[in-house]
Amino acid sequence: MNVIRALTQNKVAMFGFAVLLLLSLIAIFGPMLYDGSPWKMVQRPFIPPFANDRFLLGTDTLGRDVLAGLIYGARISLLVGLVSTVIALLIGIPLGAYAGYFGGWVDEILMRFTEVFQTVPSFALAVVLVAIFEPSVYSITGAIAIVSWPPVARLVRGEFLALRNQEYVLAAKLNGQSHRNIILKEILPNSLSPIIVLASLMVATAILLESSLSFLGLGDPEIMSWGYMIGAAKTVIRQAWWLSFIPGVAIAVTVLALNLLGEGLNEALNPKLSGKREH
Amino acid sequence: MSIQTLMYIGGRLIKGAIVLLVIAVFNFFLIRAAPGDPAKVMAGEAGATDELFLQQLREQFGLDQPLYYQLWVYISNLVQFDMGITYRQQMPVFDLIMDRMPATLLLTGAAFLLSLLIGVLAGVVAAQKHKQWADSFITVAALIFYATPLFWLAMMAALFFSVYLNWLPSFGMETVGANLTGFDRFIDIMTHLILPAATLGLFFTAVYARMTRASMIETTRMDFVKTAIAKGMTPNRVTYRHVLRNALLPVVTLAGLQAGQLIGGAVLTETVFAWPGIGRLMFEALFQRDYNLLLGVFFISSAMVVLFNLITDVIYCVVDPRIELSK
Repeated sequence: MNVIRALTQNKVAMFGFAVLLLLSLIAIFGPMLYDGSPWKMVQRPFIPPFANDRFLLGTDTLGRDVLAGLIYGARISLLVGLVSTVIALLIGIPLGAYAGYFGGWVDEILMRFTEVFQTVPSFALAVVLVAIFEPSVYSITGAIAIVSWPPVARLVRGEFLALRNQEYVLAAKLNGQSHRNIILKEILPNSLSPIIVLASLMVATAILLESSLSFLGLGDPEIMSWGYMIGAAKTVIRQAWWLSFIPGVAIAVTVLALNLLGEGLNEALNPKLSGKREH
Repeated sequence: MSIQTLMYIGGRLIKGAIVLLVIAVFNFFLIRAAPGDPAKVMAGEAGATDELFLQQLREQFGLDQPLYYQLWVYISNLVQFDMGITYRQQMPVFDLIMDRMPATLLLTGAAFLLSLLIGVLAGVVAAQKHKQWADSFITVAALIFYATPLFWLAMMAALFFSVYLNWLPSFGMETVGANLTGFDRFIDIMTHLILPAATLGLFFTAVYARMTRASMIETTRMDFVKTAIAKGMTPNRVTYRHVLRNALLPVVTLAGLQAGQLIGGAVLTETVFAWPGIGRLMFEALFQRDYNLLLGVFFISSAMVVLFNLITDVIYCVVDPRIELSK
């Protein structure tokens, strides 16, 4: 596999991958291994980091364990990022595939529809959706998916437009294969690589969106998240800057790792393109 | 202007109007989907729960009419800039939004210009010093700004420049109670503007820097650049007159798409810096669960994006006649 070899030789991408692997392990096993709830008051408030051996990163404004918050926050960030991206792909790929494959009025209608969603300011739409349908993991994930699918649809449409007149597609048509078969088995596998790259960057954007929503107070009230931690520490930034600093670093590291991996994937999957760019 | 250009602009106008109509219909159903009976919410504000009073309110606001009729009323009111009354302050939503509009236009406009200017400049420097330390530095900085959440960056900027260094104000648009006028007031607003505009524009600064860099490196290898060098032009003249002008095209195309993102980002920046614009208004509406106001802000910000896209389209087709007019 050339792709995997190219990817493993890319040190920067592998660094991103390692960070993500570590974060996933923390998200999956952390809450089981680390003893402590992110909500319970465990000590006096405002203990700075590294001052207390039991609570390594200190406590927040209400005396809650910051490290426990970080661990639980990793879970929600990755979960919302992944699931909302999968949903966005499930909306965007069929829409783009139909538009590109059939062309004509189908394309016209589907692309007008996509255009409306692209015009609307996406963060504002996400805020409105979560507010109207009450903040919960489901509404947050759904809202992020709804604002993220248009680029997928456009990308897939472009790929299908370019591929639909290739010889192997025409051969499949002459063979009497159904449209569904041609779309799923002939064209889609050949347009997967740009979709994979886009998806990895979408997870990053989704994590940023989730943190922004919970920063504004639109997070799930049952679940500790990084954005919520920053929002809760906003008013005490003068006394305890680290309370908003630490979760922000967690978000930035996660998103950076995803972006690095995404760029590595891009170079590995589209060697011609990146070779040209590298010059 | 040719007939073709006018037709193109006309087509764009119709398209924009259709987009707005779809958003308006969408908005209408969102208001219906909002939790709580609107009549009860209004009655609750007035301190009454009497069923008769509720019925009266429903009749007064047409809530007892069939849905399609309500939609028709909603759209025709919207066309006349009537977006209803806020639940809380009992003020017209449209007036409240327009009160806040100048602050947001100032903030987003400043962020837009700042990011374009600094981003393109950084991109040019990175491309010229290709594979040198300045290039690496700008590439790494862009990667980091890509990854940091805007609201967090805003808070850290406020912490550093205003709490720690005490250079710039971190709160509001003017000094409270200073009652400045004329030039002093202008300077006061400008110093308040720096931090919010810089943080709001930072993401796009990174985007522009990376794009300009890639595009410059690409253009440098084109034949017309070789010709220019062969003619004996100075390197600087080649860079700015020939390479940059052509490399800027994709950047400018991208800039047109930035409007929606800026408006969304303004919600976060204005919340952090207490900037009195429509983003802050959106946050207040959220906080007060005033859905009518919330959706009003949403509609107006969508309309702003449509308008901005229209303007950039028209500017393009006037400035660069190569852009195809048929679409």
